[in-house]
Amino acid sequence: MSAIIILVLGLAAMAAGYFLYSKFIAEKVYRLDPDYTTPAHEYEDGVDFVPTNRYVLWGHHFTSVAGAAPIVGPAIAVIWGWLPAFLWVIFGTIFFAGIHDAGAIWASVRNKARSVGALTGDVVGKRARSIFMIVIFLVLLMVNAVFAVVIASLMMDFSSAVVPVWGAILVALVIGQMIYRRKMSLPVVSIIGVVALYALIFIGPSVPIQMPEEVGGMAGNAVWILILFGYAAIASLLPVWVLLQPRDYINGLQLFIGLIVLYGAILLLNPDLVAPMINSDVPAGTPPIFPLLFVTIACGAISGFHGLVSSGTTSKQLDKETDARFVGYFGAVGEGMLALAAILAATAGFATFADWQAMYTDFGAGGVTAFVEGGAYMIHHGLGLPEATAATLLTVMAALFAGTTMDTGLRLQRYIFQEWGEIYHQPWMKKPATATLLAVGSCLLLAFGAGGPDGSGGMIIWPLFGTTNQLLAGLTLLVVTVMLVRLRRPMWFTLVPLCFLLVMTIGALLLQLRSFYDQGNYFLLIVDIVVLIAAILVAMECAQALKRARTEMGKQL
Amino acid sequence: MHDDNHDRAHDSRRERLRAWLSQARFFAEEVYSARYRGTIARSRRDEDDLFMLLVFSEMMGVPNPAAYYTLELQPLLLERFHDWHRRMGMEHSPLDHFRCC
Repeated sequence: MSAIIILVLGLAAMAAGYFLYSKFIAEKVYRLDPDYTTPAHEYEDGVDFVPTNRYVLWGHHFTSVAGAAPIVGPAIAVIWGWLPAFLWVIFGTIFFAGIHDAGAIWASVRNKARSVGALTGDVVGKRARSIFMIVIFLVLLMVNAVFAVVIASLMMDFSSAVVPVWGAILVALVIGQMIYRRKMSLPVVSIIGVVALYALIFIGPSVPIQMPEEVGGMAGNAVWILILFGYAAIASLLPVWVLLQPRDYINGLQLFIGLIVLYGAILLLNPDLVAPMINSDVPAGTPPIFPLLFVTIACGAISGFHGLVSSGTTSKQLDKETDARFVGYFGAVGEGMLALAAILAATAGFATFADWQAMYTDFGAGGVTAFVEGGAYMIHHGLGLPEATAATLLTVMAALFAGTTMDTGLRLQRYIFQEWGEIYHQPWMKKPATATLLAVGSCLLLAFGAGGPDGSGGMIIWPLFGTTNQLLAGLTLLVVTVMLVRLRRPMWFTLVPLCFLLVMTIGALLLQLRSFYDQGNYFLLIVDIVVLIAAILVAMECAQALKRARTEMGKQL
Repeated sequence: MHDDNHDRAHDSRRERLRAWLSQARFFAEEVYSARYRGTIARSRRDEDDLFMLLVFSEMMGVPNPAAYYTLELQPLLLERFHDWHRRMGMEHSPLDHFRCC
């Protein structure tokens, strides 16, 4: 099967989703009103509430939600063959993610731009809000642990990327200074930054830095994980303008360049998909596709993390309510495009089926490495770039994404610890340094607890991360559905995805429970039980909240 | 005549280029600042709050060796005073000599 056909089919389906389905949802279900005074106007303060141009807001929303997860998830899930991953990404984007993201913006805009967490308390109940906090904490914990493992394994596998990945931090620091201290023009600074970053990528392969397999009795992988958390802890404590802001900006530019390069390579090369359509010969130990596919690909199909961004910052900057469709739904489409590129790289970027099979020897073995190697193969043959340079480029793209998510995730986790310190009157916990240490400690515990002292098995928690992420999405969909019931609007368009997600996550958790027990991995067994309890509580909250909302409506009639 | 036309065409092209550049600059700056605008404005406000406390410290019974100089700044900060005391959790001005609402 030709990759271009898949590409065109996927893009056409997502375009149809945007032009037809999202129009229907925006007009008939959410009934977005161009004359409604959005919180950005009502509470305009130049700090949080600022009406923002919708294209700018889309760029900001998209780069905030797009990370390494839509690359890693699909690249793992193609182990079941390319068709299931492709279908779930496309239909997930059209019928789940777009509705969820736009719905979160709408729900927040109609409620003084409050966050989904706060809305859960208002719309569903106090108990649901507590569950929400726990689920958010679990998501952040897992995302930080998993991404540290992802970057560490990238650093071990692609030593040519070590210099550009860490050099990018230096570039960001310099850019931050140029803008704030020297007040230089941003377009000029952007060009300097991009040129510097790509220069580093080009020299990367000639200055490889290989971490020894063992350093002072520790595995090289584990050392990288410790270094990464050390870096992330410092980065999350720095003022945002010093590192986080310029880093995000460079990352955003890089995301667009990377996407263009990848799509360009696919169009010029038109490779064949060497991976099977449906893999009937999966390696031993691969969990069943049903329901694991739906939690392996979370970002790229539907992700609860988006709801946090949608209701946290995007809703406070929305100029017109009708922009929610473009910013939310099209933001999800952008992420779907990234996931589609990841699927194609991991299935068409190999010369033969045997090469592909050699990569996917085990569940979780392919992942981001398959994306980098497959993508590099396509860029090399399609655009003529040396394969080592292309691999460095994609590694840097994935590592920088994962790194930025880690910085932000650790910062958010610190806030949660500080809030707990506030609630339970623990002054020591309120201090930024101690709260950061607690956050780093809990992530390290998970990263090493899951996979043993060498930290290489941390990818086992990937499906668990997907599960918690889907639970978060479920809670957001619940808020939106309850609001729709109270407004007497059609609720099926959000209720069906909600039920589907809950069934899949609970099914996946039960299956994994069994496999962790069989493997004797009691640490992950406990984590799984915690998530399972949260999932069951969410399901019960859903049933109760919807029943209550319907009886309320019945009484009013 | 020919030169004139040529110059005019050249000028309009330059105008267009300049307009395009300023548009690009606007978009780049918005994208750069949109995500962190709130965080940065808040930390700037925190620093300003400390300055506010310095300026009004004498009135709250905190001795301030530079009171003579900060007194001069008080009218300049009048506009921000209301926001400040509201943010500090006081519905009305806490100072006897400095009413604001």
